[in-house]
Amino acid sequence: MHILVCIKQVPDTKIIKIDPKTNTLDRRGVPAILNPYDTHAVEEAVRLRKRYGGKVSVISMGPPQAVAAIKKCVEIGADAGYLITDRAFAGADTLATSYALSKGIERIQKEEPIDLVICGKMAIDGDTGQVGPGIARRLGVPPLTNVKKVEEIDLKMNKIKVHRKLEDGYEVLQSSIPCLLTVEKDINEVPYSPLPNMIRAARFQPQVWTVNDLENVNREQLGLKGSPTVVGKMFSPPKPEGGKRIEGTPDQQVKQLVEVLFQEKRELFVKGGA
Amino acid sequence: MSEKFDAIVVGAGPAGTSAAYVMAKAGLNVLLIERGEYPGSKNVMGGVLYSHQMREIIPEFYKEAPLERPIVEQRMWALSEKSVVSGGYKGLEWAEEPYNNFTVLRAKFDQWYANKAVEQGALLINETVVTECIVENGKVVGVRTDRPDGDIYADVVVLADGVNSLLAKSLGFHKELQSNQVALAVMEVINLPAEKIEDRFNLEPNQGATIEIFGDSTKGILGTGFIYTNKDSINIGVGTLLSGMIKNKLRPYDLLDYLKNHPMVRPLIKGGEPAEYAAHLIPEGGYHAMPKLVGNGVVVCGDAGQMVNGINREGSNMAMTSGKIAAETIILAKQANDFSENMLDTYRSRLMESFVGKDLKKYKDATHTIDKYPVYLNEYIPAVNKAANEYFTVDGVSKAEKQKKIMKSFTEGKGMLGAIQDIYRVWKVMK
Repeated sequence: MHILVCIKQVPDTKIIKIDPKTNTLDRRGVPAILNPYDTHAVEEAVRLRKRYGGKVSVISMGPPQAVAAIKKCVEIGADAGYLITDRAFAGADTLATSYALSKGIERIQKEEPIDLVICGKMAIDGDTGQVGPGIARRLGVPPLTNVKKVEEIDLKMNKIKVHRKLEDGYEVLQSSIPCLLTVEKDINEVPYSPLPNMIRAARFQPQVWTVNDLENVNREQLGLKGSPTVVGKMFSPPKPEGGKRIEGTPDQQVKQLVEVLFQEKRELFVKGGA
Repeated sequence: MSEKFDAIVVGAGPAGTSAAYVMAKAGLNVLLIERGEYPGSKNVMGGVLYSHQMREIIPEFYKEAPLERPIVEQRMWALSEKSVVSGGYKGLEWAEEPYNNFTVLRAKFDQWYANKAVEQGALLINETVVTECIVENGKVVGVRTDRPDGDIYADVVVLADGVNSLLAKSLGFHKELQSNQVALAVMEVINLPAEKIEDRFNLEPNQGATIEIFGDSTKGILGTGFIYTNKDSINIGVGTLLSGMIKNKLRPYDLLDYLKNHPMVRPLIKGGEPAEYAAHLIPEGGYHAMPKLVGNGVVVCGDAGQMVNGINREGSNMAMTSGKIAAETIILAKQANDFSENMLDTYRSRLMESFVGKDLKKYKDATHTIDKYPVYLNEYIPAVNKAANEYFTVDGVSKAEKQKKIMKSFTEGKGMLGAIQDIYRVWKVMK
């Protein structure tokens, strides 16, 4: 089984700040990391390879430094890596990104058919979760989003059964393969990588493609040109104001809190809650 | 069995990276293992990097390395509670190639330097802790890491795992470090706009200054304070012997707070925004505390070998030189296919003949003497301040009388003989 994982290098949003004067992201000195959801996507691919055999490839669109994120995937256990990098891709929104990635995937597909595409649920810098489904549509395969468990894959019948996370539970879904999954963080835990993987990753160089290496590309759909999204405004969410501090011993605090909840916030309970 | 390297270097600081760079450049198959998230992420120093030893490895490093400011002025302060006697040297020849030294931020510099070793062909692995050396038949043949399938083998292991080298200790090369063999240094990086730094320290853009502070910066415990200028931040810190800190029940951050609020220091950092806080041990045991540096299939470099000259605040340069000499020795050992202690001992003998060994030997008793006789910090520094005050204050007393009074203040309570003894004692350990 050939599994392809789409990954992205993102600024570590734990550290990133918004410049209060210009309302733009202050990326100075912010380290670039592999998007945390994508680490789980790669780990899931590696686990499926263990269960069903095959090969794990990863692909990313990004600047040349994104090689570091691909190396991280090799540490987790990926076998092959592809980076598509070109000035023509710069400034892409989710529409243009999923277009470019799907062209990269088509190229890989030609050399080695892909049975399953896995993406992280979303990237922590944009938080949109649109690229995964966008790729699925362009490849013409079913998108299964918010997957928290892959129950089984039947390679003979070309079927996959997954659990999708919902707000109030989960649903079990069966689909044909090839298909595309976007995964939640709770799908697995990424273990500490074994030393041979680390050494392999340190040596690893991915296949690098520019736009000229991809076929049937409509350049109008790439990068800034192919991106209809307009960022209207950026701002830090206002800090919550007001509030009330409850003082006293733990017992007194609990008493007061219960009073507040039942007297002043009665509506929370009357309506049946969230 | 997993693959075998020519050399494994443990620790990507100045010593380890220098060793890896030189060996990789000579075509050896080198694995460099760093426990931090990236090289430099766990490394701390006041911030002065010397040009000379760095140039011996990468001749024109200053054209591309992430450096802060070349130092054009080095000041020394004898600090008292409300006064300071200062001296120093400023020379604009230090503002030109090949430079004397630079301030650096280790998180940036070490990363750059390790990448240079990678460019030469060394393999760098981060976030991996070496837990022990693998010893077979009395010979170090590799290392064990904390990762699954974590054993890896090599002809030689270079231990550059820093002060308190647990790996050298586990090989029996040194005993548990004593609290009077290490200093605990704490420092802050305080962000301050470049123009403010240049105004306050009397500098042009792309010039830097350092101030070493003796006396009141450490409340009389053996140690020093320092203030170094980066591009748009200031490093301020204080390091004292751990034993003194324990004895006086002082907490390191209290000392740093005290220094930051000292009336002579406060105006220099006013309005700055603390950006980072770091603490680290510094080997201060010197020559007497040096561990065994060489064994079968293993050498010890840099801080792990106690290679710090506390008197001249040199350490990273010694680390680089030791890494370089170790690498050159291993290259020869590879040619001879002999990695015995006998062969690798060339490293130790060449190191001890270099400035590293010579300087460590020269100051072998300095730290202990000043530590043992607190008069230098507690009495002489305040006395020097008092003397300067006496001399420069115009109050109608004749200069001859002032000089007499000053001389008397130095010998008060110990007589002329006592004072001469004090001076001789220091001269002896510093000569």
